[in-house]
Amino acid sequence: MIDRKHIGATTEEVSIDVELSQLRLFCQAIGETNPVFLDAEAARAAGHERIPTPPTYPQTLLNLSPFKKNLVLDVIEADLARMLHGEQVFEHHHPIRVGDTLRLRQTVADIYDKKGGALEFVVLETLARNQDDVVCATLKSVAVIRN
Amino acid sequence: MSTHDLSTLKAGDALPTLTTGPITPLTLALFAGGSGDHNPIHVDKAFAASAGFPDVFAHGMLSMAYLGRALTDWAGATAVRLFGVRFAAITPLGATVACDGIVEQIVEQKGERLAKLTLRATVVDGPVTLVGDALVRIG
Repeated sequence: MIDRKHIGATTEEVSIDVELSQLRLFCQAIGETNPVFLDAEAARAAGHERIPTPPTYPQTLLNLSPFKKNLVLDVIEADLARMLHGEQVFEHHHPIRVGDTLRLRQTVADIYDKKGGALEFVVLETLARNQDDVVCATLKSVAVIRN
Repeated sequence: MSTHDLSTLKAGDALPTLTTGPITPLTLALFAGGSGDHNPIHVDKAFAASAGFPDVFAHGMLSMAYLGRALTDWAGATAVRLFGVRFAAITPLGATVACDGIVEQIVEQKGERLAKLTLRATVVDGPVTLVGDALVRIG
């Protein structure tokens, strides 16, 4: 069983630049060909001041963020082989655009179990703010651990 | 920034279905690099076997990204306000994934007109893999 003392554990706040080369690789991987996500000129023509990012892209920025310790693997010490992704939610408050520098901080919001402990759930919440201190997105991930 | 008129949208209307695949090991390698999710269960068959799976399987976030494409194709690149899914089943190698959405209601929130949608990703000739919902600006 995962120690419930980890509820409330939080990372330091880290910065990550929103770079076009990584966004293009992400778009290639998901088959995204909309030029608005790939080309500054096309983005401007569609009314975006800079290239916007797709709605699940905050998770990529989170994955690539240089946290000193990964909350799931290094703090909770969950076993990757027994872990599955249960739920994912994005709330978007302000566009995340190429050229932004985001600041992210992740927290263990909850840990609970079902089926007499056969399944444990770790709820992770992340706040993503930009260089102007505007909250761009909040992320919620639920990891499921099969005991 | 949508390319078509959403002003006459009503409950019961459907998003155009987005169908993509088949998912290959290359798809998963690209998504590992593209998304920064390097969990070996999606790219290393021996690791997947040690976890009790017959083969690697797709990242849930890949199918969520496909659903995201269906939303932004339909309503515009920056229209998504809320987007949530539950991962209901694993997406195997070889899968072709169909993404669908239905408008449940039209709501007003913070001065924006939004469509509340239910969403679903399905493996063609297979199980429903993601169920979810979204709030998307339509005007």
